[in-house]
Amino acid sequence: MVTGFSGLLTATVFLPAAGALAILLLGKSDRLVRWFAVLVTAVDLALSLWLFAAFDRAEGAARFQFIDRFPWIPGESLNASYFLGVDGLSAPLVALTGLLGLCAVFASWHIQMRVREYFVWLLVLQTAVMGVFTSLDLLLFFLFWELELVPLYMLIAIWGTGRREYSAMKFLIFTILGSAFMLVAIVAVFLTPEVGTFDMVELSTPGTMLGSAALLLPIGGLFWLFMVAFAVKLPVWPLHTWLPDAHTDAPTAASVMLAGVLLKMGGYGILRINLGMFPEQTVEFAWVMVTIGVISILYGAVVTLRQTDLKRLIAYSSVSHMGLVMLGVGSVGVSQGELTITALNGAAMQLFTHGTITGLLFLSVGLVYERAHTRYIPDLGGLAGRMPVVAVAFLIAGLASLGLPGLSGFVSELLVFLGAFRAYPIPTALAVLSIILAAGYILWMIERSFFGERRERFADIKDASLVEAVPLALLVITIIGVGVYPFILTDLFRIGLEPMAGLLNGGG
Amino acid sequence: MTLYDLYVLSPYVAVAGIAILVILLDLAVPRNGPLGKWLLPVAAILGLAGAMALSLFQLYDLPETGHLLVDVEPVSILLGSMSVDRFALFFNFLVLASAALVIIASSEYVQQMDRFRGEYYGLILFSATGMMLLASATELITIYISLELTTLPLAALAALLMTARSTEAGMKFLIVGALSSGVMLYGMALVFGFTGSTTLEGIAASLAAPASQDVPFGSYAVLVGFVLMLAGFGFKISAVPFQMWVPDVYEGAPTPVVAFLSVASKAAAFAILLRVLFTGFFDVSLEWGTLIAILAAASMTVGNLAAIGQNDIKRLLGYSTIAQAGYILVGVAAGVKSTALGLDLPEYAGIGPNSVLVYLVSYTAANLTAFFAVIAISNRLDSNQIDDYSGVARKAPILAAALALGMIALIGVPPTSMFIAKLYIFTAAVDSGLAWLAILGVINSVVSAYYYVRVIKVMFLHQPASPAPLGAPVASSVAVALSGAAVLWIGVAPGFILRMAETVSVALGG
Repeated sequence: MVTGFSGLLTATVFLPAAGALAILLLGKSDRLVRWFAVLVTAVDLALSLWLFAAFDRAEGAARFQFIDRFPWIPGESLNASYFLGVDGLSAPLVALTGLLGLCAVFASWHIQMRVREYFVWLLVLQTAVMGVFTSLDLLLFFLFWELELVPLYMLIAIWGTGRREYSAMKFLIFTILGSAFMLVAIVAVFLTPEVGTFDMVELSTPGTMLGSAALLLPIGGLFWLFMVAFAVKLPVWPLHTWLPDAHTDAPTAASVMLAGVLLKMGGYGILRINLGMFPEQTVEFAWVMVTIGVISILYGAVVTLRQTDLKRLIAYSSVSHMGLVMLGVGSVGVSQGELTITALNGAAMQLFTHGTITGLLFLSVGLVYERAHTRYIPDLGGLAGRMPVVAVAFLIAGLASLGLPGLSGFVSELLVFLGAFRAYPIPTALAVLSIILAAGYILWMIERSFFGERRERFADIKDASLVEAVPLALLVITIIGVGVYPFILTDLFRIGLEPMAGLLNGGG
Repeated sequence: MTLYDLYVLSPYVAVAGIAILVILLDLAVPRNGPLGKWLLPVAAILGLAGAMALSLFQLYDLPETGHLLVDVEPVSILLGSMSVDRFALFFNFLVLASAALVIIASSEYVQQMDRFRGEYYGLILFSATGMMLLASATELITIYISLELTTLPLAALAALLMTARSTEAGMKFLIVGALSSGVMLYGMALVFGFTGSTTLEGIAASLAAPASQDVPFGSYAVLVGFVLMLAGFGFKISAVPFQMWVPDVYEGAPTPVVAFLSVASKAAAFAILLRVLFTGFFDVSLEWGTLIAILAAASMTVGNLAAIGQNDIKRLLGYSTIAQAGYILVGVAAGVKSTALGLDLPEYAGIGPNSVLVYLVSYTAANLTAFFAVIAISNRLDSNQIDDYSGVARKAPILAAALALGMIALIGVPPTSMFIAKLYIFTAAVDSGLAWLAILGVINSVVSAYYYVRVIKVMFLHQPASPAPLGAPVASSVAVALSGAAVLWIGVAPGFILRMAETVSVALGG
């Protein structure tokens, strides 16, 4: 059993929550609260980058590092522990959460209503997501998974726009329903004879993992219970309907967090739990995942073409892009050696790159909406001349989103298509069509909102201020950096994914 | 009666004694002086603290057998009628703690009443005595008397406001209570007639003996008696189909009384249900696990569906409590591993009763948190309508946060006590082969999120009618803080409660 306590990971996860508590108790002036939130998330970003950099990549190094573990609920009846740790898969995602957390705080600068409360929820949300990516105990994982509900509900329902209460409730019900399935699966895993543990490391190690032996529910059923929870979160067709509503009505920072990291929890869950704990079932049901993935990719892209609201457009494009994750994981269905790792790596990369790209898109749209007071594309136009910084950021994000080489989106899409093509040539070929569609909707959107005829009523619109430009710059640097030198991430993801791929080939 | 008997009974005597004292003090002390304002609740709480200290002493004094009255010379007059064991002491703590919290939370409420102040505290304490006795009773007559001692003061309390609604609530509670007692008594008579014993141990022995099979229609008569008793308990725990009194009584009765009714009375009724099922009737060759499972499924579903349309916060909490009774029944049903063939004796699954105990503690903390906030908010708003709670988060942030915490806990979202409790209870259900019930319970939890979240939504999202702050009374804040802290504490570090439940349920003798 893995043991130890270094404290670094605990600090990274709980620093935002501690900051939230401090704001709740001490926060007097709004100005102070904002800068304090910046401080907390900046330190947290530094910690998560430190984790990322200090992760031992050497051959033969421990799979999970920075372990924090002590018994939480000891005993026979519920044997759970407080167990945090990162591997090559989760370390980059923790860094992503740190990065977007800081960006989200900067994106919230204009919030004037109930400022203190707002930052409390935003910081608690960050702790919840960090916890999901680092928990190695199923019960703790579920706890953090649920902890994210209330903050995001509040952020959308109080500071959102449009039909915000409806959208927030829809998000809540969909997620609770998904997590209810997951809870049943967690309980069933725990009660499986000879298991009696929530330890995710043991459950994904040959020898101590779930066999196909006597289980309370058929093991394929468990696989699908987890899958539904993660597919709602990801989201893929046909469980995606909450996403456009939630995104459209959420405030900018919530959109950034939602698209940037919350959706990634779904992809992470599929990789960590479905693939890591149920390798045989992943192979068995791979064709279903590929089918759903391809439908999501194409359906999402086609629906995106018809959108007239900037945020809704980006939301639907997320459905399309997250389908790629499903396709990448599904390609393990046909054994193909090294290419299996490539496809999985592409799926994991897609989580990271989509997080940064969509985060940047939503940040830019937030700035546009704040100034132009509309997100309706036909009403926009000619903004590039008025706000060149925002326009450049949006352009870079858009080009990365459609997969322009040299930017990060290209890398992950290429890896997924490369890895999936030999296993499923026809579905992958269909999925590649989405690139054309993406070029269509992205370029169209940029052309109609930022270029074209200058509108008289946008004459006094100002460009992004310094505070607003900081997160744009951070994300632009990341997108270009990863696009030019993807090895920094693929190397680490490979370390994390190899043991999982090993389960597939070694017959699990 | 020996001195030892008196020692065994001391916690019960202490609470009943302080009840009488409080009523007398109310007569002696002038009402509106500073002394009169605080003397009664302080005296009541001191009495409860004393009883708790005595129970704690008894807990450490328990002999190896785990039962204070075994092997006592001379033989106690109490022998057989009650069992002061870990199980009983566990419920002593639960009932005493919730009574003390309710008294703290209602002190402001009571100060606004111009009469019956002493009676209010006195009746609560009498009812608490009944609940404690109920948890220790192991004999049918004692069970009946304890149950009446629990119910009658509550009926009087429900009618205490003397308004039309309150009187109606009291009357309804009294009549339904009397009816259910009658049904239960008839069941007890049948059981006694065909087993020849009123003690639970005697009943168990008689049922296990093959001789009981020889009486013509004997086993059927015992079955009928058992089911009638179950119906009687069903009224007390507000399980479907015996739930119809709940919404009206919850709506009409004074809110602090409802708070007490919804946790302590329910806990005591579940205590005796566990005792009767697991000590007395465990070997009945009836699969009562299935019967309880059906009641559980019906209670969860009916309670949650009916709660969705409610506009009165107390009615909403009333339907919520029916649903909660359903969840707890899931744990009771999970106490037996049902066997494939009817002839085999059921197998005892200890995790079921454990989960019920954990759930009762968690539910008490969560429901009291919600109710205490409702008492303070409704009292100041002078309304129980959920719509009038608009913007309470701005006017009374602490109370609103507490009510939100209570609601989130009742859904079963971590890191609150109810998450652990629900997880444990559903784990127990799956473990005893009741996976369908666990899945139904999880679906019900999702449904319940809708109406619980609605309360939060109204408080936090909607604009208040008037921005004036409500203020939070000190006593209510203390009670809310204590129960809210318990909700979070159990949710984050449940090890203590889980271990305690494991040792306590041993007393059921499975």
